[in-house]
Amino acid sequence: MHDITLYVNGIPREVSVPARRLLSDCLRHDLGLTGTHVGCEHGVCGACTVLLDGEPVRSCLTFAVTVAGREITTVEGLATDGRPSPVQRAFAECHGLQCGFCTPGFLCTTTAFLRENPAPTEEEVLEGISGNLCRCTGYQNIIKSVHRAAELLAEEPT
Amino acid sequence: MSIATGQVQGVGQSLLRPDGTLKVTGEFAYSSDLWLDGMLWGATLRSPHPSAWIRSIDVGPALAMPGVFAVLTHQDVPGVKFYGLEHKDQPVLAIDQVRYQGEPVALVAADHPETARRAADAIVVGYELREAVTDPRQAAFDPACPQVNPHGNVVRHQPVRVGDRFTADVVVTAEYEVGMQDQAFLGPESGLAVPAEDGGVDLYVATQWLHVDQDQVAPCLGLPKEKVRLTLAGVGGAFGAREDLSMQIHASMLALRTGKPIKIVYGREESFFGHVHRHPAWMRYEHGATADGMLVYVRAEIVLDGGAYTSSSPAVVGNAASLGVGPYEVDNVWIDAYGTYTNNPPCGAMRGFGAVQACFAYESQMDRLAEACGLSPVEIRIRNAVSQGSRLATGQVVDTPAPLAGMLRELAAMPLPGPGSTDLRALPGGVAQTTHGEGVRRGIGYGVGIKNICFSEGFDDYSTARVRVELLGGEPHVLVHTAAAEVGQGLIMVKSQIARTELGIDRVTIVPADTTVGSAGSSSASRQSYVTGGAVKAACEAVRERLDKLRAGGASLAEVLAAGPVEETREYRHRPTFPMDPVTGQGDSHTQLALCVHRAVVDVDVELGLVKVVELAAVQDVGRIMNPLALEGQIHGGTAQGLGLALMEEIQVRDGKVLNPSFTDYLIPTILDMPPMRLSILENPDPHAPYGLRGAGEPPTLSSTPAIAAAVRNATGLALARVPIRPDDIALAGSALAG
Ligand code: FES
Ligand code: FES
Repeated sequence: MHDITLYVNGIPREVSVPARRLLSDCLRHDLGLTGTHVGCEHGVCGACTVLLDGEPVRSCLTFAVTVAGREITTVEGLATDGRPSPVQRAFAECHGLQCGFCTPGFLCTTTAFLRENPAPTEEEVLEGISGNLCRCTGYQNIIKSVHRAAELLAEEPT
Repeated sequence: MSIATGQVQGVGQSLLRPDGTLKVTGEFAYSSDLWLDGMLWGATLRSPHPSAWIRSIDVGPALAMPGVFAVLTHQDVPGVKFYGLEHKDQPVLAIDQVRYQGEPVALVAADHPETARRAADAIVVGYELREAVTDPRQAAFDPACPQVNPHGNVVRHQPVRVGDRFTADVVVTAEYEVGMQDQAFLGPESGLAVPAEDGGVDLYVATQWLHVDQDQVAPCLGLPKEKVRLTLAGVGGAFGAREDLSMQIHASMLALRTGKPIKIVYGREESFFGHVHRHPAWMRYEHGATADGMLVYVRAEIVLDGGAYTSSSPAVVGNAASLGVGPYEVDNVWIDAYGTYTNNPPCGAMRGFGAVQACFAYESQMDRLAEACGLSPVEIRIRNAVSQGSRLATGQVVDTPAPLAGMLRELAAMPLPGPGSTDLRALPGGVAQTTHGEGVRRGIGYGVGIKNICFSEGFDDYSTARVRVELLGGEPHVLVHTAAAEVGQGLIMVKSQIARTELGIDRVTIVPADTTVGSAGSSSASRQSYVTGGAVKAACEAVRERLDKLRAGGASLAEVLAAGPVEETREYRHRPTFPMDPVTGQGDSHTQLALCVHRAVVDVDVELGLVKVVELAAVQDVGRIMNPLALEGQIHGGTAQGLGLALMEEIQVRDGKVLNPSFTDYLIPTILDMPPMRLSILENPDPHAPYGLRGAGEPPTLSSTPAIAAAVRNATGLALARVPIRPDDIALAGSALAG
């Protein structure tokens, strides 16, 4: 077992995990943060995407011990003071989800994507979130949500 | 989940999802998220063989492992050892034999999921392999073929016989195949079974129909129904795959045995074995028409492979037969639709349910016929289109609006997308392209689909709603309680909108679905807005009537409610339907029919066999738009699943074994595969349905597949009689046309 500290959503969390514990399982089972979803367990669907020092990673392909001491943001950490982030609000407002199982992954991916590229073109949006699968929506409203999120972010006071 | 807004957001408006905030904050609890202190994890040992005798099962090595609490086989099933939706022919755990790869054989409960998995693998099963029956036509028609099921290898044979003229000036004949599609919901099967003090069990599961689960689980546990209580946990998509049971009985057995809560979560690979798929189909069609393209007759043979157990195959066969010629007028019909038992993976419900397979074939035939008659694909469909007053092949008269010809005209008049760009990313295959698009050809295709809404053929199809109005914090508040499963489709909004509209109160809470209220029927067959919507409307009307009486003396709503809440429960049934005649297939078997038409524009690299869908346009008649945003989402999502079937989705099965049980190898459309959509939504009300609405979730899944296949044929000139169309089907056949 390895005693590690993860900085999850700004809070230091100490856990004791075997070397092979996946970050997804560590977040969900050891830390009780079930907002990160597991859809395929091998890096295809993107449902398990979290931000590692701000960059999107597949938590199902990441061993928890390899990210000891790093900053991890999960869907539970996207809101500020209980107010959903612009990206979260945009997905709710534009009906960018149905069952919502894929949503946390899309939210994390989109958050990082719009930070890099605050005013993306249509093509850039498609490329930017093409690593995440959704089975319900046919993606049309997800695309709208990403554009709407860019608008909302632009309106945010910095 | 209550919502307080300044104005009543009722039927027809884009009310936002009441569960949307929880879903974007990560707080929404899916069935896989449930957790109780002290719970154990269940794991399932499954057969690696599609067909074998079980000579021995040694659970000793598993039981000896530290952390293991129980290991169960069929001998431990407390009650009836079989379950099933239509026939109780599926063993809870295999008894002496296995009939498909993945059939559950034994169960383990342990204190950690990995321990449970390892213990399951430690169980030693002595199999004696036998030949697997894997050819559905051989299974059905070769008397020498081994019997997979004690009742023979045909689940149902449904003929349709109308008229006697089976000759025509123009005849086109072809065979078609549809591969086995997976629902591929993103949230795998999971749930929690909690043993109760009364000896019963409380089950928290992701399902499509709580009461049919209860009906199947209780007898297998040897418990009366009231001791098996179900609550809907968060559902990560369904699409038919949660209509059959998965882990419900298994987790309950382990919970009752160990006295501890049991959680079972399937991984993605297990999920491929843990639910039924869409029936693969082999179909032979012959269409006869006059020289000017008027249909004279249709003959069809449709074979649907249901795999080892019955599941919902009989109803799937009924749909394929009754809707087998599509929404066209034709006086002479000879259809034989069969469902078979084989040792292939079990098949049952998936969005479109038997209508999808036939639709691919009859639409492909309409294109062939158009070509033979020198007509455009749109024109031949318009000439033969049903309309209100038309008679279907079953003799059922279409007695509600069915403006198919107008829908096709509108679709054809929609603007077409511009020519493809030379940007590498826009080419078929995207940036992985190895050419510069020299071999890219554009194609356009059309598809039409007709789907029955609600359960058919005499099924007592109803839903129950309990509606209560009370004062909360001095304000009138509505509670809507049904057992209807919200699986992502947005029923939660529709229920809330109906309550707002009928009661004029904007504070509405949707009570979690469970079995303490009457059955709502299944979240399938595009039926919940209709049937549960109807039940909520009826219960609201009853509440309103009582409130009106109480207020007759001029009292305010708040004054009346101060004396106590007003609550009413109502069941709602749609018009009765009738079984198809077993010999002629005649009968008013459906209660509502819904139409959708698609146009697909594709670019195909004929040298590489790569397809890019450039645009999908659709016209759908929904009777009444309940929630525009949610409705569009259904059409988008249904269309995308049809795209998947056309171009990429197939469970590949060899000798009864699944070759690709993962998302690496089973491909579903990504955002780059799904093109922009152009929609036109019509509202021609069905006077028999609440608000005039038509079920909307399935029709787009039917018509997008043939439209895309037709567009690829149009681009390549190839016959392409099988979906999904694989790159090889184009590139290898296409070497002749590349030059
Ligand atoms: S669960 Fe990690 S990518 Fe699918
Ligand atoms: S909303 Fe269900 S998978 Fe995306």
